[in-house]
Amino acid sequence: MMNTNVPSTWEEFTEGLWERNPIFVMVLGMCPTMAVTVSAINSISMGLATTFVLAASCWLVSLLRHAIPKEVRIASYIGIIATFVTVTDYAIQALSLSLYEALGAYIQLIVANCLVLGRAEAHAAKVSPWPATVNATGMGLGFTLGLTMIGGVREILGNGTFFGLSLFGEHFQPWVVMVLPPGGFFVMGGWLLVFALWRARKARLAAASAEGVQHGA
Amino acid sequence: MVRESLGQILLSTILSGNFVLAMFLGMCPFLGVTHSVSLAFPLGLATTFVIVIASLSAYVLNIILSMLHLEFLRLICYIVVIASAVQLVEMFVKKRSPALFRAMGIYLPLITTNCAVLGVALFQTARDYDFAQSMTFALGGGAGFTLALVMLASVRERVQLSNVPDMMQGTALTLMLAGILSLGFMGFAGLGG
Repeated sequence: MMNTNVPSTWEEFTEGLWERNPIFVMVLGMCPTMAVTVSAINSISMGLATTFVLAASCWLVSLLRHAIPKEVRIASYIGIIATFVTVTDYAIQALSLSLYEALGAYIQLIVANCLVLGRAEAHAAKVSPWPATVNATGMGLGFTLGLTMIGGVREILGNGTFFGLSLFGEHFQPWVVMVLPPGGFFVMGGWLLVFALWRARKARLAAASAEGVQHGA
Repeated sequence: MVRESLGQILLSTILSGNFVLAMFLGMCPFLGVTHSVSLAFPLGLATTFVIVIASLSAYVLNIILSMLHLEFLRLICYIVVIASAVQLVEMFVKKRSPALFRAMGIYLPLITTNCAVLGVALFQTARDYDFAQSMTFALGGGAGFTLALVMLASVRERVQLSNVPDMMQGTALTLMLAGILSLGFMGFAGLGG
């Protein structure tokens, strides 16, 4: 671990948070991203549930990485993930029934979230438990952030509220399409567009300043 | 609860309650393999086959598990059965058409983590469908999935020939196209109940 090539704990943690954000950069785990992001509070709950499953599964996968034969690894990972999802499912049902009803079958569908299996296979199976868990937590929080960004926009436009607080008064005419299925696609596409514009602007500014330095010299 | 007729289930899963465009199940292949119709169609068929197998096994499993009062094992059992069914399809495609097998690449084993497959099993359990209803639900879901895949693929094939701004290229463009398709499918709302 003293090797300089090994990323520090902080780097492991922030990798998934923004630079390689699961939703906007890697485009993984799209089903819950679209389906439950009709309000900010749903998005945060879904994100945190996924974070728990992701971190717990990556920890266990990493712990068992020498014990699981290569041939049956995918099936074993799926078994591990399904176990933690069942735990989460029953926990949410016990804690908040209204939330459980709002999220519906999508909590159980965390099993089929490509992000969880993808990270277990691509990262957790190769490193020791501590960095695996830290990295998974970062990824999960990045996922939560992405979900909330989409859910927040959809709730504001489609319902005129943010976290249930009314923003525009009672004369607001909600843009209903945004909380219906097409809105999910449009808001997600819109965010990607904003990031593309931002990146292009940054590249243009960098090119311009490099040119300026050249002329100055 | 009023029992839905088979026709209603079929119509609503294909059109008004389309798995991809209205319920957001199976987004990964929907965004990933819809470059061309020749790839989207076989993948849709393979997924339909897995969905039907999964639905059938889920129905039987559910009876056994409720008999033994082991409902908390439901999710784990479902996913193991689905993984085995996918393995079966993978071997079949590899034997019959190696070229197709290579073209589909990672997306074939990834059917395991396709929400549409697990979704069918979970929704039919949640809605208490009987055997005929489950089968219709699975077939309709698969057909709707294939339909959505082929439609997006054919739109994308045409868009490739037109002049799209650089900013919009890639996932953003696909998402916008999918959004417009989904908007179109909303017109079916109310059909089949």
